[in-house]
Amino acid sequence: MQNQEEIDRLKEVVQHLLDEARLQGATAAEAAFSVDNGLSVSARLGDVETVEYHCDQGVGVTVYFGKKKGSASTNDISAGSLKETVKAACSIARYASEDEFAGLPDPELLATEFPDLDLNHPWALNAEQAIEVAIECENAARGYSSEISNSEGASVNTHQGTRVFGNSSGFLQGYQSSRHSVSCSVLAGSGDSMQRDYWYSVARNPFDLESAAQVGEQAAQRTVARLGARTLGTRQCPVLFAPEMASGLIGALLGAISGGSLYRKSSFLLDSLGTQILPEFVRIHEQPLLPRALGSASYDAEGVATRARDIVGSGILQSYILSTYSARKLGMQTTGNAGGVHNLIVEPGDRDFAGMLKLLGTGLLVTELMGQGVNRVTGDYSRGAAGFWVENGAIQFPVQEITIAGNLKDMLRNIVAIGSDTDLRGNIRVGSILLERMAIAGE
Amino acid sequence: MPLEQVKQSILAGNGLQTQDIDRIMAALLSAPVDAADIYFQSSHFESWSLEGGIIKEGSHSIEHGAGVRAISGDKTGFAYSDRIELPILLEAANNVKAIVRQGQQAQRRIDTYRGAPCLYRPVNPLKSLDDRQKIELLMRVDRETRKLDSRIEEVMVSLIAAYDHVLIANQDGSLAADIRPLVRMNVTVIMVEKGRREQGSMGGGGRSDYGYFLEGDRALEYGREAVRQAQVNLQAQEAPAGNMTVVLGSGWPGILLHEAIGHGLEGDFNRKGTSAFSGRVGERVASDLCTVVDDGTLQGRRGSLNIDDEGTPTENTVLIEKGILKGYMQDKLNARLMGVVPTGNGRRESYAHLPMPRMTNTYMLPGQSDPEEIIASVKKGLYARNFGGGQVDITSGKFVFSASEAYLIENGKITRPVKGATLIGNGPDVLTKVSMVGNDMALDSGVGTCGKDGQSVPVGVGQPTLKIDGLTVGGTGV
Repeated sequence: MQNQEEIDRLKEVVQHLLDEARLQGATAAEAAFSVDNGLSVSARLGDVETVEYHCDQGVGVTVYFGKKKGSASTNDISAGSLKETVKAACSIARYASEDEFAGLPDPELLATEFPDLDLNHPWALNAEQAIEVAIECENAARGYSSEISNSEGASVNTHQGTRVFGNSSGFLQGYQSSRHSVSCSVLAGSGDSMQRDYWYSVARNPFDLESAAQVGEQAAQRTVARLGARTLGTRQCPVLFAPEMASGLIGALLGAISGGSLYRKSSFLLDSLGTQILPEFVRIHEQPLLPRALGSASYDAEGVATRARDIVGSGILQSYILSTYSARKLGMQTTGNAGGVHNLIVEPGDRDFAGMLKLLGTGLLVTELMGQGVNRVTGDYSRGAAGFWVENGAIQFPVQEITIAGNLKDMLRNIVAIGSDTDLRGNIRVGSILLERMAIAGE
Repeated sequence: MPLEQVKQSILAGNGLQTQDIDRIMAALLSAPVDAADIYFQSSHFESWSLEGGIIKEGSHSIEHGAGVRAISGDKTGFAYSDRIELPILLEAANNVKAIVRQGQQAQRRIDTYRGAPCLYRPVNPLKSLDDRQKIELLMRVDRETRKLDSRIEEVMVSLIAAYDHVLIANQDGSLAADIRPLVRMNVTVIMVEKGRREQGSMGGGGRSDYGYFLEGDRALEYGREAVRQAQVNLQAQEAPAGNMTVVLGSGWPGILLHEAIGHGLEGDFNRKGTSAFSGRVGERVASDLCTVVDDGTLQGRRGSLNIDDEGTPTENTVLIEKGILKGYMQDKLNARLMGVVPTGNGRRESYAHLPMPRMTNTYMLPGQSDPEEIIASVKKGLYARNFGGGQVDITSGKFVFSASEAYLIENGKITRPVKGATLIGNGPDVLTKVSMVGNDMALDSGVGTCGKDGQSVPVGVGQPTLKIDGLTVGGTGV
C-alpha cells in the first residue's frame, strides 16, 4: 500500500533541489527527502506515563563540482531554505579537495526495477489504544512472577514514513514504509541484588508483532532468570552467544569488510577477499528483496540496484560491502551497499537452542554484552558480559560482572556451530553462535 | 543580550511574538496540568573532515523546531514540530494536554525574563573562521602530524561546530534563553610496523569558537598525542585477565565516575526505584577520600550550560561527599515528584526529545597523593591512562569502560604497555575500594558524548589519578 500522492509531493521537492543545484553551477547532484510520523506511548505500573507525537522531516543534498563534493541538510523545506541549503553545499564543495574517486554511481548500475516489497503497513492506532496495548504488555510482565518487583514500563511505537531519493542522472524514486514495536523492561529482586531485563518485538506489519502479553512475559522470564547472578573465576572456556548477541559478532565482521574500513586500512580483515575467514560450513548472504523484512530495499542510498548475493560461501569471503566511493577507492565495483546491508542472513545450522546448549556442554552462555571494546583495526575484542554458566548442556546459574576477550580473527575462524534459532528482529539474521574458546575474566 | 537575540531569531524570525507564547501556553493550561513548557530551538551545524591528505567531506545543516510538553503527576504529553507556526503549535498543545487527568497549576502570562550567567560567549563558531582558514587548519594538522613518525600510514582529522539558540517558556510565566556554541576537533592516526597495524586518537573542544584550537598549538598537540598513543599500542602485548589493583590516570578516565555512579544518581531512576543507588542518600558509597560533583557551571566546558533545557540555571551539585551519598541529579519532573529542588540537570538532545535528568561535567575533587607515589605503592597491577567509551546497567550497578592505553605495574614501576581491555565493576562498591587519590585533578579535553534512551548530549568528566584495590580487567592473558 503506497500513497503515490505523498511520494509525488516529496519527489517535487527533490527535483527542485536537483534543479537548484544545477542552477547554482553543480555538475552533478543527489538529494533526498524523508518524512516520518509516529506515536510512542509508555505505561508504567499500570498507568500511562508518556504520550509522544513524532513528526520529523529532513532534506539533504550533495553537490559535485567536477571531483569536488559538498553536502548540506535542513528540516525547513520552504523555498528560501532549500535555496540556502543548496548554496551551503555548493560553498563547501568549492573548498573541498579534488578527489578523483568522488562522484555519482555509474548510471548503468542505478536500479531500474522497483518491486513492491510490502513494507508499508500503517497501524491504525490512536493514543488510547496504544496505551491499552502497553498496559496489557506491562501487566503480563508484572503478573508473570511474584519476583517481579518493579518496572521500567512497556512502550508501544508506531512509525510511518516516506522517503524519496533522486540524482542528476535522472534517478527519482520513493517509497513508504512502516515500523512498529512493542517493548517491556521489568525488575526483579531488591537492594543489592536487583536485576533488570527486557524484550521487544518489531515488525513492518503490526500483525507480525508478538502479542503484547508474549513480549511482557518474555521480559519477565528473562529478568527473573538473572536473579542470584554471580561472577566467575578467571578462566578459558567455550562461549555460546545467544542469537541477539550473535548479531553483534556478525556486525563486527561486516564492519571489517566494509569499504570504508578497507580503504582506510583500518580493518583486521584487509586483503582477505577469497580467503578463508570462517569455517567451511558458514554461508552468509544478503537478500535485499525479502517482502516485509526490516532491511529490504530495491536500491541503496545512492540509487544503485541491490541484489541477492553471497558474502561468505564455504567460509570464504566472496564480496566486500561497498558503496560507489569505497569501491572506486579499492578499484572495484559498488555492491549496492551505500548506507549498509539489506537483510544479511547467516545460514542456520540444524541445532535448535537446546541442541546448541548441549553442544556447548560446559561453558558460558552470553545473553548480554556491555561496552564498545571491539578494535576494528586489530580485531582485539574485550567486552563486559552477563549470561549463564552451563554444565553438561544444562543451565546452572546466572553470571554477571565478567568480561570475555579474544581476537575477532580467531573467534570467527573458531566458530564451532551456528544454531537454527534465528533472531528475525533485525537487519542481521543469525542464530546462536558457539565459539570454541574465549578468555573469561572475573573474580 | 541572549534573550533579545534569541527572541529575534526564533520568534520574530518565524513571525511570532511573546503574546503568541501566551496563547500556546493558555491552550496547554486550559486543562489542569502540574507543569508545562514550550521549547524553541534553532541549530546550525557543520563538519569538515580530512583523510588521505585531502579535504574529503564537508556538510552543513540548519534545523529548527519547537516541542510542547504538558505534565500531570508523573504523566507527560509531548509533541513537536519543525514548523514554528502558531496554528501548528496550538494543535500540538491541544494534543498533549489530553494526558492530563489531574493537577492544579494556574495560568500566567510571560512576565519573568530569566537572566543567565555567562559561562561561554554567545558566538557563532561556524563564522569564527572563514572556510579557507578551516581547511588550512585541517591541512596543517595533517602535515605536521605526518612528520612525527615514518610509520604513519593514515591521518584523519575532523572539525565540527554547532551553534544553538534555545528559548524556553514555562507555565510559571518565565521565559529563558541561551546561546550555545560548541566545537570539537579529532585526530586519528593509523601506524604500521612489520605488518602490525594500530591506531591512536585524540581530540578536544568546548563551548567556544574555532579560535580555541589555535590557542597555543592545541590542534597540533592532538596530533602529537594521537601519534604517541599509536606508538605505545604498537608495543603493547597481551593484557592480563582477572581481578587486580588498577590505577586510573587523571582526566578522561573519569568516565569511571560517569558510568559507575553518575547514571545511577540520575533522579528518574531513583524516583522509580530502579537504580542500584535508590534510597541510599546518607549512606557510604565510596571511601572517605572521594568527593564527586556534577558541575554545569564550569567556564567554557563541553558539558557546561548557562541554563538547562528546562530553563533552570545549572549548579555545582555535590553527589558524594567524603564517601557519603549526598543527592541526585534532577530535572523538574523528578524533583517535584521526589519533593526536592531541580539541580539544573534537565537536558534534551533537541526540541524533538523529552528532557531527562542528565549529567553535565562530572568529576572527583583532588586528594593528597603524588601520582608517582600511587604507582610506587602497587606491587602488581594495571595502570590505565586512556579510555574509549563505557556503559552501565543502572539496576544491577554493573558498569564497563574500555582502556585504550594501559601498562602493567610491577613492583611499583610501570613496565610495559598492554593491549586495550574492558574493565568491569560494580557501581555501588567500586569507589569504596579507592585507597589513594592523586593531587593532579584534571578535566577531560572535551570529547564526551553521553547516550541515554536514544538521546545524545555533550558531557565532561574529570578526576585525579586514582588507585582502586580490585577491579576486573578483561584481557586475554588467563
